[in-house]
Amino acid sequence: MFVNQFLILAAILFCIGVYGVIARKNGVMVLMAIELILNAVNLNLIAFSMRNGSVDGQTFALFVIAVAAAEVGVGLSLVLLIYRNRRTISLDDLSEMKG
Amino acid sequence: MLIAQNIGFAIIAAIMIIGAIRVVTTSNVVHGALWLVVVLAGAAAQYVLLAAEFVAVTQVLVYIGAVMVLFLFGTMLTRSRIGRDSGLNNTYWKLGIPVALALFASMAIALVDSFGSEKMPTDGAIVNTQQISDQIFGPYLLPFWALSFVLLAAVIGAIVLARKD
Repeated sequence: MFVNQFLILAAILFCIGVYGVIARKNGVMVLMAIELILNAVNLNLIAFSMRNGSVDGQTFALFVIAVAAAEVGVGLSLVLLIYRNRRTISLDDLSEMKG
Repeated sequence: MLIAQNIGFAIIAAIMIIGAIRVVTTSNVVHGALWLVVVLAGAAAQYVLLAAEFVAVTQVLVYIGAVMVLFLFGTMLTRSRIGRDSGLNNTYWKLGIPVALALFASMAIALVDSFGSEKMPTDGAIVNTQQISDQIFGPYLLPFWALSFVLLAAVIGAIVLARKD
């Protein structure tokens, strides 16, 4: 097993996630793309944990999983709040901050 | 060397990439959530392949168990169309393709340049769950406490935001 096969798989997942964040309009779908990005990072951390024979990578991955869970909770409640106030979760309609 | 692992890696990686592409291209929010389950389960399988079984189990519990339920509830409560919805992409969605390709090209060049054909160690130390817990409750105790406060704040924040009054 090469080190690179895991790192390049993670890079592919990361780029697909970035594409999803850019292309999607629906708030829930953007959060799903962010999950893809976080998973790519976790895969990198675990791969380096094995490469270096160290526990630190796995510990970091567990921290990332916990923070991702908190992020999804707050993110979805924000989407819910936007839906309640605007009756839509289309991110294109949230343009108050345009100068 | 390690032919079985490489075949397993290739199959799981192909499934994960197909799943990820379906997540960002499907026109059905619920199907997107279910394809995300495929990607997350594939990631758990890759962790097992990398001898990180505790992280793999945590991934299944937290992501497939909890986060997916949150996503499906979010879909339900925001009354996204259950079914095909043509309005999921924004007007300039095509801009995402060159951005993602350029990002991947730069990352692939950097990775091939720095790691080339370096192999994973086959006789590396096996990391077990006890070592992870020693690590978390030893040198990483302070970040662990901070993380528990982050989770507490997230729970309270989610309740405050989603409360109806």
